[in-house]
Amino acid sequence: MRHGDKEAAVRRLLDTPHPPVPRDLGARAAARGGRVRRRERALRRAGGVLAGLVALGFTVWAAEVRPWEPPPAATTPPFAGP
Amino acid sequence: MGGVGTRRIRSEHAARAEEFAAFVAGAAGRLLHVATLLTAETRTRNPYARALLTAALAHAYAVRDRGRDEDPYALTRDDLALRFARTAWRHRAGHGGILAALTPRERLVLVLRLYEGVPEEQTAALLGLPEARIRAVCARAVARLREERRGDGSPGGGPAGRRGGDGRAAA
Repeated sequence: MRHGDKEAAVRRLLDTPHPPVPRDLGARAAARGGRVRRRERALRRAGGVLAGLVALGFTVWAAEVRPWEPPPAATTPPFAGP
Repeated sequence: MGGVGTRRIRSEHAARAEEFAAFVAGAAGRLLHVATLLTAETRTRNPYARALLTAALAHAYAVRDRGRDEDPYALTRDDLALRFARTAWRHRAGHGGILAALTPRERLVLVLRLYEGVPEEQTAALLGLPEARIRAVCARAVARLREERRGDGSPGGGPAGRRGGDGRAAA
């Protein structure tokens, strides 16, 4: 109870009139937010394009080189025929 | 057909800007008060609080449709609090606000808990501290504030409480 009273007193202390808000605060914030948003979107798009290019490059390389196939034998097997 | 598309996009853009302007008109006073309490600046001279609020509002504008169900007021306030927590070490000394005697962390917890009425567990989650710590910091801040007021000899009443009301209405 006493603790609650103390908190209520502090609450009253904090509850002063609000400071005046600069007139252009909202417009500045919106402009800045829009800038951040556009930059993030451009960055994300660039990342997506880059990932696509890498995937495409890998596919082409894999189709060309076929790294899963064993390499052809480097030496000729000994000929033991008649 | 391209014209219709651009017009629709533009009107959406305008509607969004209008919505944001209405939110700012309703909430900025209270948010600036919170910021000024945090930075311990005075009512008329609060550049740090204004910078914090501008950045937090810009963040709210940038992420506005990422979490549709979230209250934009709470989003902005939480961003403001985190921004303050991140940058307060650069502005250690207060500049004569009511809470100038407290440390930045004490101010942060006190304002979130008592002025904004954020529940203990939410405050703890936001600041990344255990709940017991939040309780302890809050109690210490209250005690220090009362001690300091008593030391000043100023009567504790202050301006009569006119709590809440404006600000959140437009959100």
